[in-house]
Amino acid sequence: MDDVLTFIIYRLNYFVYIILMLLGMYGIFIKNNYMKKIIGLNILQTAIILFFISIGAKKDATIPILELHNGHGAHEAVQAVHYINPLPHVLMLTAIVVAVATLGVALAMAIKIYKDFGTIEEDKVLFQMTVDLDNKIIK
Amino acid sequence: MRITGLILFVLMGCLLFYGVLDFPVWGDPLSPASSHLSPYYIEHTMADTSVPNIVTSVLADYRGYDTMFETIVIFTAGIICIFILKTFKATRSESRKYRHIPTGITLRIEKGGKTPEDSDHFERIDSVWIPYDLVIRTTCRMVIPFIQVFALYVIAHGHHSPGGGFQGGVILGASLVLFAIGFNLRLAISQVGEKITVFMCALGVFIYAGTGIMCMFLKSNFLDYSALAPFWGTDPVTARSHGILIVEIGVGMAVMAVMILLYYTLASAGKYDEGL
Amino acid sequence: MIWQIELIILILVVLFGIGALAIRDLLGAAILFGAYSFMLCLLWAIMGAVDVAFTEASVGAGISTVLFVSAVLRTTRRTDN
Repeated sequence: MDDVLTFIIYRLNYFVYIILMLLGMYGIFIKNNYMKKIIGLNILQTAIILFFISIGAKKDATIPILELHNGHGAHEAVQAVHYINPLPHVLMLTAIVVAVATLGVALAMAIKIYKDFGTIEEDKVLFQMTVDLDNKIIK
Repeated sequence: MRITGLILFVLMGCLLFYGVLDFPVWGDPLSPASSHLSPYYIEHTMADTSVPNIVTSVLADYRGYDTMFETIVIFTAGIICIFILKTFKATRSESRKYRHIPTGITLRIEKGGKTPEDSDHFERIDSVWIPYDLVIRTTCRMVIPFIQVFALYVIAHGHHSPGGGFQGGVILGASLVLFAIGFNLRLAISQVGEKITVFMCALGVFIYAGTGIMCMFLKSNFLDYSALAPFWGTDPVTARSHGILIVEIGVGMAVMAVMILLYYTLASAGKYDEGL
Repeated sequence: MIWQIELIILILVVLFGIGALAIRDLLGAAILFGAYSFMLCLLWAIMGAVDVAFTEASVGAGISTVLFVSAVLRTTRRTDN
């Protein structure tokens, strides 16, 4: 039991990332309202970002900005072990930009659906769409 | 259908939990993610580009191609948002509300009626109208210039501190959104209209791609900033640092324009007259 | 990287995420989503990712919440689910 607890504490970020990802997917699959689906989509995206940042962390290392003690001239040898891995940070900056772009387009689509159908609950929208289709076929 | 989805993602959750068992301990300096390419970036960024912020140098110089496409993605998102929601027919099919200032009477003019002409006695109000509030307006007037100066500082100082083009662009866009919320959406659109905003968005992408193409004209690779050294008369290492600054300005301009466009389009649902 | 602060912030992140999906008032969901974004920004600042924390604070807790609230203004506020 103690071993399992130590194991979980050492990898706590990864377990929380899995819980958040499943929470986001629950919001996309199971929820009925379009706004909740958009919130679930964003929770999923931020969970992936959490995972990548957790990979790049290092114990007893400092932030990835070099300090210049003597100006531009002499710089002593920089050791990679003292700085946090900057590569996942770069990838995640792009991911955040793409997330906000997707959020803008998704909210625009939700407003347009509300204008056309009068509701943003998914089962009512689907019902109206099938009813219109039946009417057009029968006519 | 829902039950199938529920079963599927419970299964996926179990698979992911099983996969975590193989991960390295969190914070391990010798984990595979930190062993192959990132030591090169950490150790050589000062010698190659003389920019101390490793994230900025990797984002705008070593991986500059990705950042160019990210700028194009956010530009496309702004354009798509306009296309989805904007009403192109200029028909006045809804009712408008006007308020008579000396007496405080609110008029509601249905479609087809005659609206009062512009005079000092009538003002047009939104459906969600809040009366003139002195505290909010004065606070906005005092705070917005400082927000904009701080945003320009974040863009320009991205070499030495956390920041860069994207963060500064978002803060600039947020200052204009604050202006639109604190005062009036119509006033904000009359000051910074949508045509100039779309032009700035395209100009930002053009600055980024144009820098890359100019490097190609000088007989070097695409987005290789050391070829621009003759323009400033410095060595290639400092030329890369200046090239990073130029593309950060391009990114900041494009992002600011897209944030403003998204707010204008979403808050007025395409009609650009009433807002939040 | 003090593990007590990280533990508290991780628990709060999961609670805010569950709250944002379960609440029935869409305006409350938008505000809880802004709080979730801000807790994540703190988490990344603790883990040393300062650029990502800056971006998430300005984008997630700033612009994203405003866009959500204006979209809720233009659609409905109550939901049954």
